[in-house]
Amino acid sequence: MDERILLHMKSISKSFPGVKALKGVDLEVKKGEVHALMGENGAGKSTLIKVLTGVHIEDEGEIYFEDKQIFTNTTLQAQKCGISTIYQELDLIPELSICENIFLGREIMKKGIIDWKATQKRAKEILDDMGIDVEVTSILSSQSTAIQQMVSIARAISINARLVVMDEPTSSLDDKEVRVLFEVIKKLKAQNISVIFISHRLDEIFEICDAITILKDGERVGYSLIKDITKLELVSKMIGKDASQIISRKKSYNKDKMSNENIIVTKNIVRDPKVKGIDIEVKKGEVLGLAGLLGSGRTELARLIFGADLPQGGELYINGKKEKFNLPKDAIKKGMGFCPEDRKIEGIIPNMSVKENITLAILPRLTKMGIVSRKEQEKIVNKFIQALKIKTPHMNQAVKNLSGGNQQKVILARWMCMNPELLILDEPTRGIDVGAKKEILDLIEQLASDNISVLMISSEIEELMHACDRIAVIRDGKKVGELYAEEIGEEAIMNSIAEGHQSFA
Amino acid sequence: MNIVELAVRKVKAFDFKKFFKDEGALITFIILFLFATFKYEQFFTVLNFKNVLRQVSMLGFVAIGMTFVILIGGIDLSVGSTLAVAGVVAAKVCSYGVAVSIIIPILIGIVFGLINGILVTKLKIVPFIATLATMLAIRGIAYIATGELSVGANSASESFIQLGRGFVFGIPIPAILFILAIIVAILISKKTRFGRHVYAVGGNEDASRMMGLKVDAIKMAVYALSGALSAFAGVILASRLGAGQPVAGDGWELTAIAATVIGGTLIVGGVGKFSGTFFGVLIIGLIQNMFNMQGNLNVWWQNILMGAILLGVVVAQSQTGKVSKA
Repeated sequence: MDERILLHMKSISKSFPGVKALKGVDLEVKKGEVHALMGENGAGKSTLIKVLTGVHIEDEGEIYFEDKQIFTNTTLQAQKCGISTIYQELDLIPELSICENIFLGREIMKKGIIDWKATQKRAKEILDDMGIDVEVTSILSSQSTAIQQMVSIARAISINARLVVMDEPTSSLDDKEVRVLFEVIKKLKAQNISVIFISHRLDEIFEICDAITILKDGERVGYSLIKDITKLELVSKMIGKDASQIISRKKSYNKDKMSNENIIVTKNIVRDPKVKGIDIEVKKGEVLGLAGLLGSGRTELARLIFGADLPQGGELYINGKKEKFNLPKDAIKKGMGFCPEDRKIEGIIPNMSVKENITLAILPRLTKMGIVSRKEQEKIVNKFIQALKIKTPHMNQAVKNLSGGNQQKVILARWMCMNPELLILDEPTRGIDVGAKKEILDLIEQLASDNISVLMISSEIEELMHACDRIAVIRDGKKVGELYAEEIGEEAIMNSIAEGHQSFA
Repeated sequence: MNIVELAVRKVKAFDFKKFFKDEGALITFIILFLFATFKYEQFFTVLNFKNVLRQVSMLGFVAIGMTFVILIGGIDLSVGSTLAVAGVVAAKVCSYGVAVSIIIPILIGIVFGLINGILVTKLKIVPFIATLATMLAIRGIAYIATGELSVGANSASESFIQLGRGFVFGIPIPAILFILAIIVAILISKKTRFGRHVYAVGGNEDASRMMGLKVDAIKMAVYALSGALSAFAGVILASRLGAGQPVAGDGWELTAIAATVIGGTLIVGGVGKFSGTFFGVLIIGLIQNMFNMQGNLNVWWQNILMGAILLGVVVAQSQTGKVSKA
């Protein structure tokens, strides 16, 4: 590796209305280096990358590339400087051929028309160099995600990229494909091309990267060579907690008091590539937390239990009876509810009223001879508006006008009025303010004391510690630890996330 | 590490499913053609073929433009109105010579197309609404400019009339021009940078922008092309009828869309081909021809048949998974 700096982003700041996404972030990448960029969601990784690649323009700060100041105000300018990006959502044209995707915009021309023979030959050469054997005339969408990603990289190489940014390149690859990607990355290194590598998988970072920059809340909280940092240090920097901040846990776990009845049991449930055989059980009236970094497979596991995705293997027991994995509507019949992470996309119907949103799922029950009983409907809605303290001027207000916390309560109310036995909550406090957070957590406790089981996913360890009776730690699609109330502590959880320890002292 | 394993190659064996999907228009055409040949004596005659080709050629020009527009993921509802204005203008200026009566209407068509392009790219109005608005407005212009009356072509301008009615080597001139236009469109779509960029923009507009393609310029050019081709269709129609009519081309936008979709172009853009549009246009011509020969059937049955074929094509596409993925 070259010791010279290729890229130096100097105190980059960027604000969006209401948010300061980047607060003077520095990033230095050396020539031929694979540089990891780590941070939880909202830490500013993607904003920083977008500033670099010309999608966003920085408010303050300077970018130096090969010791010259550059201005990447459009993606094209960034590309011309030698910075290429491989996005999560592949930025290629699915219905065109592989060779065409590599050369689109820079077609090889002969007498005013495209020279397809030369195009195919050049494409083949580039892919051969990468060690990828594939028919260059085949349609891109007929190929696996891995190959499509390789095409994206081939395109970057063909425009003489000096720096390739890979935004979660492994998130949709299986293990074997990841190996191939790493081989390609090593070849890039050998050609003195630098790589910025974004991933949530710690093992990958420690395997392929040379150095790491850690972001949290829009600031750089750490820079290190990979060989000088441990996984635990990395996780604690990402999560950013000092021991002094740790809140003491109020709840205590009473094994005798806790029901032995399992609502849900999964055995070795599998769905590639995110869930690789997880056993989990949720007891009656228990709040089970799922901890783990983003992309660890938490959400995917919850979706499998709810029937939103079909597993490739494993068993599911509901109330002790073996059940087939079905559609969400079957899970709902069995007494399950699911509040998804992105309530705007999968949860609320923004233009409908609070009343309608709450009663959406129970309308059949309220309907007599095809007509919704308004009296009955309003009675239920009023009950939940009061019980959950939903702040709305009246029940006919459109949900989109409510604050995030109150929207979340509306979704909770929707599931609660169905009298569920199990509620799955994916990041229930994401994007809502502190006060509302507390209320939601209290609600969860309330649910549990009403003997409703809760499966709660959260990236905020504090929150899990506060609300859960038990925490299962998920890492890279596997359950790597399980903690009971007494053991639940920040250190223990972080240790488990970082190292995958099975037991704790 | 065996990298070869990763490259999942498609089996090269002949794929009937794919053939039916890709060549649906051709297959439908052959079936209708054979049916007509056996059913109607007068069908399989040189004279009838000439007539059908001449009849469909005007729709053909419009459909070529429409195919370009649909390929970029747009739609152009204003083609019929543009055709009417162009025909009226052509009839008015035909005494200045045939070149003038072609060029001026085409320029007008280009201007209308550019207006569509500006509405879609600069003002970011969805194509359906933008071109619905210009469709209404341009049709209004056609009626106001003519006082709702047909404009007769100067009978002295024989060469203008020949454009729509004449023959070269015994083949109707409009048919020759249509076939030439299809060949040029096929070449553009396969061999030129512009053609490939059209597919790229329709396939993934954001990605095209990221790749540095001039997306807005490509869209403008495509709408201008659609305007120009519609106008040219209007010129030919006026020449054939010997008059420019403000009502001409009413509803043609939908027929052109039908021909394009029957030809296998996906309405969401990015996938399609001009040989398909060629057969799509011929199928529509064939259906009209067959109903003319049948004589005793209510003509509106042909709309029902066209609708059924259109549905058949779309269902076939979705069954093979292309539409649902987009």
